Amino acid sequence: MQREADTRVNERKNTSSVPGFNVALYVTCLVDLFRPSVAFDTIALLERVGCKVSVPTQQSCCGQPSYNSGDYESTIPLAQQVIKAFESADYVVVPSGSCAGMITHHYPKLLEGAWRERALTLAAKTFELTTFLAEIAQMQEPFEDGVQLPSVTYHDSCAGLRELGIRAQPRDLLKKLRNTEVKELSQTEVCCGFGGTFCAKMPELSGKMTSDKLDAALATEAQILAGGDMGCLMNIAGRAKRLGKTIEVRHVAELLAGNLSKPAIGEGKS
Amino acid sequence: MSSMPEEQSSAAFLGNVREALLETDKVQRRDMLGLFMPLLRDAAVNQFDQFNNLRKQVKDVKQHTLDNLHHYLSQFEKEALNNGNQVHFARDSSEMNSIVLGICQSHHTQRVVKGKSMVTEETRLLHHLQRADLSVVETDLGEYIIQQAKETPSHIVGPALHKSVDEIRELFLQKHDLGERELKGPPEMVAEARSVLREHFLNADVGIIGSNALIAENGYSMLVTNEGNGDLCANLPKVMIICTTLDRVVPRTSDAMAALRLLVRSATGQPISNYTSFYSGPRREGDVDGPTETHFVLLDNKRSDILASDYREMLQCIRCGACLNHCPIYIGVGGHAYGSVYMGPMGSILTPLLHSLEEAQALPDACTACGRCEEVCPSSIPLPDLLRDLRHEKSREKLTPRRWRLGIKTHAWLLARPRLYHKLSGLGIPVLAWLGRKKGSFKSLMLANGWTDQRDFPAPQGKTFMQQYDAQRKADDASR
Repeated sequence: MQREADTRVNERKNTSSVPGFNVALYVTCLVDLFRPSVAFDTIALLERVGCKVSVPTQQSCCGQPSYNSGDYESTIPLAQQVIKAFESADYVVVPSGSCAGMITHHYPKLLEGAWRERALTLAAKTFELTTFLAEIAQMQEPFEDGVQLPSVTYHDSCAGLRELGIRAQPRDLLKKLRNTEVKELSQTEVCCGFGGTFCAKMPELSGKMTSDKLDAALATEAQILAGGDMGCLMNIAGRAKRLGKTIEVRHVAELLAGNLSKPAIGEGKS
Repeated sequence: MSSMPEEQSSAAFLGNVREALLETDKVQRRDMLGLFMPLLRDAAVNQFDQFNNLRKQVKDVKQHTLDNLHHYLSQFEKEALNNGNQVHFARDSSEMNSIVLGICQSHHTQRVVKGKSMVTEETRLLHHLQRADLSVVETDLGEYIIQQAKETPSHIVGPALHKSVDEIRELFLQKHDLGERELKGPPEMVAEARSVLREHFLNADVGIIGSNALIAENGYSMLVTNEGNGDLCANLPKVMIICTTLDRVVPRTSDAMAALRLLVRSATGQPISNYTSFYSGPRREGDVDGPTETHFVLLDNKRSDILASDYREMLQCIRCGACLNHCPIYIGVGGHAYGSVYMGPMGSILTPLLHSLEEAQALPDACTACGRCEEVCPSSIPLPDLLRDLRHEKSREKLTPRRWRLGIKTHAWLLARPRLYHKLSGLGIPVLAWLGRKKGSFKSLMLANGWTDQRDFPAPQGKTFMQQYDAQRKADDASR
């Protein structure tokens, strides 16, 4: 099944790369509720490469909380809702690896028959933001808006890394567009301890894992920890706050768009 | 948890997790394990360009074998009998234990030596034989150490990985008659264990070992060890018993060899185990050594049920332990916390299947869905999917607490009504943002105490995106 979705995605990658696509933005619930600026930065990036961006209103959440909790029955209507709202777009772009992975890898597992077919068709045109920018839009030109990024380390979110192969894309974009080299985290392939409801079910263990991730980030001496998934970022920022450790946590879209004006995740308006 | 209770239970998992995190020296040792084992495995796999092709081949063979398990088991039985072995089938643990005890008693045996075998851990064979007053000695170094310490394995490949060198030295000083000797470093400790074990090998009447593969085409059993203790158990005593499960069977020798090339690299990062042995049967005329009587005891213990279930891919497992070494939960809390013979991702799936989902209900939650286990699994088992399917079963059987189930259901109900959802979030989120505007995060928050137990809760920026976007769209329309 996965191979089928991957093949369709690869066909798509090879057949098109001209501006003027209609891109539907899948905002994700965490960006919608907690960090709308990420969605505006995402729109700005997509418009810069010539996309026409629309935001379907019939969207809320991709259903990961119920799906990962094992409530498949409650998740099916959410998957169908996303398919209905987004299947007419040329492309769907998602500023989150785990939500994009949910749509591309898990909807086809969850659904059957005609719905599964529709899920596979949607999967073939759904991309996580940095993958879309690097591989479909092939964004290369450096920004000349004068915004210089401080030093950055990058947290690879598990779903993005392993389900979607997102590793080089954000690093290449930071390098090409913002002339910023990523300072690598040690054990970057290890989970940050968020895991959705896991962090509430096994809080002490989750806290330990997040502390380990935070220590690795602090050891890089980077000023900013960037990532592509709000769940991980809110977890790491929240743990840093709790332990009184200082590192700016931001979504990679903010960095690429050169928008550092908002307080970092978990920071107040001082 | 310094000394493990004899009877383990996975029901205590959550409490065990909390305790395990307090043992700082063990936490540090596990962190090192989590750092180095993946490095060893990666180095071995990267030097072997056929790994991924072979992985697919092994998976296909395993699936084919499972689809035709009856055929290959019959073939194996026939060939093994032809080679002069006796073949026994055991439905459950107690049947296996009785068969083995029966064989020992028919030879009036007092002394048994044993190689490492997770299957006999599963059936608690050692205790069963000891209760019948047999002397049984574990001869794998790790198993020997935990037998002396009266503990259980913390890892399916390295059973004593939880013990420090100092702890092992203390243990030997206590249990062995060492006179003035001090056992300075690991080499001296290994030499000490070797000399003690050598006597046991020479005096034993029965040797019990496990199996990594049962080969249907010739009735042989393949065993890998790093210490050679398996061969001594198999060849020195006059009776040899191989204890394993039905799902170890493969069609051909070449299939066992293919699995071997994945197994050892995945387990320890070695290109091949120090000893890889094939056992055919009893000593033939003209052979210089070998047992005079050999038995296979093949255990089902719910494997048939698993085969008929949606979890059958779990039977592709070759017990390499890679999923343990790459699992942040296993590395975080160690093997004993699982309260089961099998631990880590493979254990969190097998334990509920072998015991009951009710007893082991915390285990399927011991997963962040990070997917690293599936990525390294040489048998391509979709471990995170199977764990999630177990959570699905939990949810359907209402084993998940009502509070959680209702919370998830209500949330999903609301999410399926985007207009209402946007209205409500548009009311609540700006208030939350206003409350958190100065500090930017909350130390505690109603309905989020699971989250705020260990971390602050980042405040929203202000209005929701949907609110802002909607307002913008309306303004654009008005100005047109």
